[in-house]
Amino acid sequence: MSDVLAVLEQRDGVLRKVSHEVVTGARRLADALGGTATVDAVVLAAGAVQGTDALGGFGADKVITLTSGAFGAYAPEGCAMTIAARATTGGYSSVVFAASATGKDLAPRVAAKLGVALAQDVTDLAVVGGAVTVVHPVYAGKALLKLKLTGTPAVVSLRPNVFTPVQRPKAGAAETVAVEVPAGRVLVKQVKAVEAGVLDVAEASIVISGGRGLKEPANFKVLEELAAAFGGRAAVGASRAVVDAGWRPHADQVGQTGKTVSPTLYIAVGISGAIQHQAGMRTSKFIVAINKDKDAPIFKVADYGLVGDLFEIVPKLAEEIRKLHG
Amino acid sequence: MAPKFQGVDFYDTDSLLSEEERAVRDTVRAWVDDHLIPVIGEAYVAGHFPKQLVPGMADLGLFGANLPEEYGCAGLNNVAYGLIMQELERGDSGLRSFASVQGALVMYPIYSFGSEEQKKKWLPQMASGTVIGCFGLTEPDFGSNPGGMITVAKEAKDGWVLNGAKMWITNGSTAHVAVVWAKTGAIDDAESIRGFLVPTEARGFSAKDQKGKLSLRASDTSELVLQDVHVPKDALLPKSAGLKSPLMCLTAARYGIAWGAVGAAMACYDEAVSYAKTRLMFGKPIGGFQLQQARLADMLTEITKAQLLCLQLGRLKDQGKATPQQVSLAKRNNVNMATEVARETRRLLGANGILAEYQAMRHLANLESVYTYEGTHDIHTLILGQEITGISAFA
Amino acid sequence: MKIAVCIKRVADSETRVRIGADGKSLDEAGVKFILNPYDEFAVEEALQRRDAAASGEVVVLALGPAQAQETIRTALAMGADRGVLLQADRVPVDGLEAARALAAELKDGGYDLILFGKMAIDDYNHQVGPMVAELLGLPCVTTVAHLELAGGRGTAEREIEGGVEVVEFPLPAVLTTDKGLNEPRYPALKGIMAAKKKPLDVKPVTPGAGGVVVLAMTPPPERKEGRIVGEGVVAVAELIRVLREEAKVL
Repeated sequence: MSDVLAVLEQRDGVLRKVSHEVVTGARRLADALGGTATVDAVVLAAGAVQGTDALGGFGADKVITLTSGAFGAYAPEGCAMTIAARATTGGYSSVVFAASATGKDLAPRVAAKLGVALAQDVTDLAVVGGAVTVVHPVYAGKALLKLKLTGTPAVVSLRPNVFTPVQRPKAGAAETVAVEVPAGRVLVKQVKAVEAGVLDVAEASIVISGGRGLKEPANFKVLEELAAAFGGRAAVGASRAVVDAGWRPHADQVGQTGKTVSPTLYIAVGISGAIQHQAGMRTSKFIVAINKDKDAPIFKVADYGLVGDLFEIVPKLAEEIRKLHG
Repeated sequence: MAPKFQGVDFYDTDSLLSEEERAVRDTVRAWVDDHLIPVIGEAYVAGHFPKQLVPGMADLGLFGANLPEEYGCAGLNNVAYGLIMQELERGDSGLRSFASVQGALVMYPIYSFGSEEQKKKWLPQMASGTVIGCFGLTEPDFGSNPGGMITVAKEAKDGWVLNGAKMWITNGSTAHVAVVWAKTGAIDDAESIRGFLVPTEARGFSAKDQKGKLSLRASDTSELVLQDVHVPKDALLPKSAGLKSPLMCLTAARYGIAWGAVGAAMACYDEAVSYAKTRLMFGKPIGGFQLQQARLADMLTEITKAQLLCLQLGRLKDQGKATPQQVSLAKRNNVNMATEVARETRRLLGANGILAEYQAMRHLANLESVYTYEGTHDIHTLILGQEITGISAFA
Repeated sequence: MKIAVCIKRVADSETRVRIGADGKSLDEAGVKFILNPYDEFAVEEALQRRDAAASGEVVVLALGPAQAQETIRTALAMGADRGVLLQADRVPVDGLEAARALAAELKDGGYDLILFGKMAIDDYNHQVGPMVAELLGLPCVTTVAHLELAGGRGTAEREIEGGVEVVEFPLPAVLTTDKGLNEPRYPALKGIMAAKKKPLDVKPVTPGAGGVVVLAMTPPPERKEGRIVGEGVVAVAELIRVLREEAKVL
C-alpha cells in the first residue's frame, strides 16, 4: 500500500503552522507514489485541535485526531508508541514528520520502533523506481546528500520552511479517536514560554539578523521594530558574536553552532558575513545585506545589498514596510 | 568574530608529529583563539599585560611544560614545548614572553641549578601560576655582554647581600620571585657569577615598569633595583657556576623563541591570505595581482623552511644532542624571517594594516624586540661565525 | 555514577568540503578530524557528574575507523577513565545501524547515564541517541541545555520553538546534549600525557547494511550573483521596489 502518514504538531490545542508543510510534503510523496495513494494526517492531543479543518486544503485526505490525557503535553514515549502502532496497522509506505524540535525528537524513536532508517531534516522528496529518495544537507550545508530509503515505511522529517504549503481546493475527512496510552517515564512538566507570539527563527518566513554592527544590545530594538513592521511573519536572529557577547539568546543564533534557517527573506544587518554565519542562512530564498562596509563578505552571498548606516536605513525600511501593509 | 586558526602546513609537517604533540598544539591553539585573540588588540593598545589569562594558562599546564611531572609540570618533550610557544606567539609575542620567562628562565634554572628543596618549594607553585618569576641578567650597561655585569653578591653572616640594577626584565613588576645573577667575586670575574632566588618583597628590592614602549606593549618590562638586599644562604642556586649557567637558560628560552617566531609568522601569513582573497580593488581580489602573489609565495616558503628547522631542532634536543649554536641558527633565522613576513603582511593590508584590529603591525612591532632580545640577531651571527671558523669576532 | 558517553570523529566544519571521486562521499585529503563539538558538552557533563558524585567512571565509546582512537584519546585527555572503539571501516549512513552497534555494547554496562551530543556536525542526522534509547528501552530526553540530577531522577530543560520545555525523568536514562549545557574544558597538557596510559579497547564490529543508500553527494546550488542596490537611506525605496517586483516577497 502506498499511503502516506503525515504526523502533525499541536501545542495547547492549536495546530502548529509547520503541520501545513508536513502535509504538503506528504502530499508530494503520495502524488509521486501515484495511483490511489492517500495522505492521512494524524495529530496527538488531549482534545479537539483548532486548525485541522484547513488541512484538506493542503492535501490531506483524512485528518485523525488521537486523543488521550497523556497528550496534554509532549509525551515522547506515548507519542512514539502511538505513531508506530498507527504506521504498522495502517500499513503506510511512508511516515512524514516536521524536523522541528519535537519532530527531530520523535521521528528517531518511531523509526527505531519500526526497525527502519530515518532521513532527518530533508529539503527535497521524490520517488524513484518506487523508492523514496530525499535530499539532506550535510557539512553545514556545504554539500547535499541524495539518499534512497530502502525500508518500509520510509520515515522522513522535513526541514521547516522549505516545503512551501500549496493550497488546493479540496476538503478532507476528519475523525477523532480516543487512544489508550500508558504513562511514560519522561514527563514534560511545563513549557516556559519565551515571549507570547515570538516566532522562532527556524520557522519564520522572514528573518532579520543582527551582528556586531548594532554596537550595543539595546540597539536590537531597531530590528525588532522592523520585524514588527512585517506583521508577525518575521523573527529577529543573531550572529554568533552577539550571542557569545550575551546580547541575544542562543535560541536566536543563526549559523553553524546555532540554527540553520531557510526563510523566504533573510535580512542581515550589521553582520560581516563570516563563513560560519553563511552556513546557517545560505539556503534562504532571498538574502538582503545592510552594512556600512561595502567590502564585507556578506555582500558576496546577498542577492541585494545596501551600503550605508544601518541606524538610518533600518528605521526607514521599517517605515516603508509599515506603509506597504497599510 | 575571528574564525578558528587553521595553521599553516604546506609540507604536511603534521605527519611528522606524534599524536600527543598534535593534541598539545591543538589545545593551545584553541585556547589562544578563545581567550587571547579576543582581548589582545585592546590590551596591546592600552599597554596592559592581560594578567587575567595566567590562571587559564596554568590550568592547561603551559608553564615549564617540558619539566618533569614530579614537580607538578606536564612532562612534555621539547617538540611539544616548542609547539606551545608557537601557538602562544601566534597570539602575541608578549604572551609567549611571559611563558618563556616563567618556564625557561625561572623554572628551568631552579630545576637545573637548584637544590631539591628549592625545586620542591618553587616549581609546583610556578607551574600552577601561583608564583610568578622573572629573570634578572641584563643590566642597563650590559646587554650583549652579560659577563660584564656589575651586580654583586657579597657573602654576609647569615646569607648574601645583593647590590645592583637590572633592566628589560619581563614580568619584573608582577613577579613574586626574581632569579638574579650576580658576581660573588671580583668585578671582572665572570666565573664568579651565581644565581640567587630573591623574593621581590625583600627589603631593598624594587621593580618599576619601563614606560614608553612601542613594542611588546602587552607585556610587563621592568627595571629592577637591588639596594643592600639581604637573602638567606639558601637563596643561592647551589649548582649555578659562572656565566655559562645563565647562558644555558638563554639557550633554553631561545629554543622556544625559534618556534614562537614561526607562530607569529603564521598568524601574519594567515591574515595576509585571508585579506588578499577578500579585499577587492579594480574589480578583483588583490590576491589576483602578481606583486601580492609574490609576497605570499615568499612568506609561505620562509614559514615552511622555518617549521622544518624547528622540528629537527626539537628532535635533536629530545635526543640530548642540540647544541647552543644550532639553537642560535634557528632563533636568528626564524625571528628574522618573521619580522619580514610581518612587515610584508602589513604592506599587503594597505591602510587597514596600520589598525590594531589587524594583527600584522602588532606582530611587526613585537618582533623587533624578539629580534633584539635573547641574543640579538647580530650576536647570533657571531656565534655562528665563531662556530664555523673557530675565530671569535666578538670584540 | 557510571556514565557512558558516545562520541564521534567528524571532519572539522572549517574544512573546505570537496566531494570524493566516487561522487558520494567527502574527499578526506587534507581534512582535519576532531571530536564532534556537541559531544564535548556530553563529555564535560559526564566528567562533572562523576566528580560531583566523587566516585564512578566515565567510559567513552566511539563507532568508527581505527583513527577514531585519537578522538577517544581527546576525551580521555579531558578526563574520561577509559575508552572503547567499535572499529568499523565506515560509520554506517543508516543511523539505526550505528545505534544497534552502540546499543549492543552499552546494554550490559550498568550505566546510570548514557550521553550523546545532540547531532554530528558532519551528517546533521540528529538521531542516534534517541534510537539507542529506544533499543535499550531507556527513557530519553534530547537537546538538553540544562540538567539537574537528584535522588535517581533528573530534570532537563530543552529549547523548543518559542520556549523551553522542562522535562522530568528517572535514571538510568539517555540524554543528548546541546550547546549551553556547560563549558567544555580543554584537554590539559598533563591530561594529554595521561590519556596514553588509560585503557582503550578496540573491538571490531560489522554494522548491518542498513536501509539507506547514498545515491550522490553534490555541492549546493550556486547562488545567483547579487548586487548592491544602492547606498544610504535614499536606496531604501529601490530595495523595496526590487523586493516587490523582482523577488516578489513583499
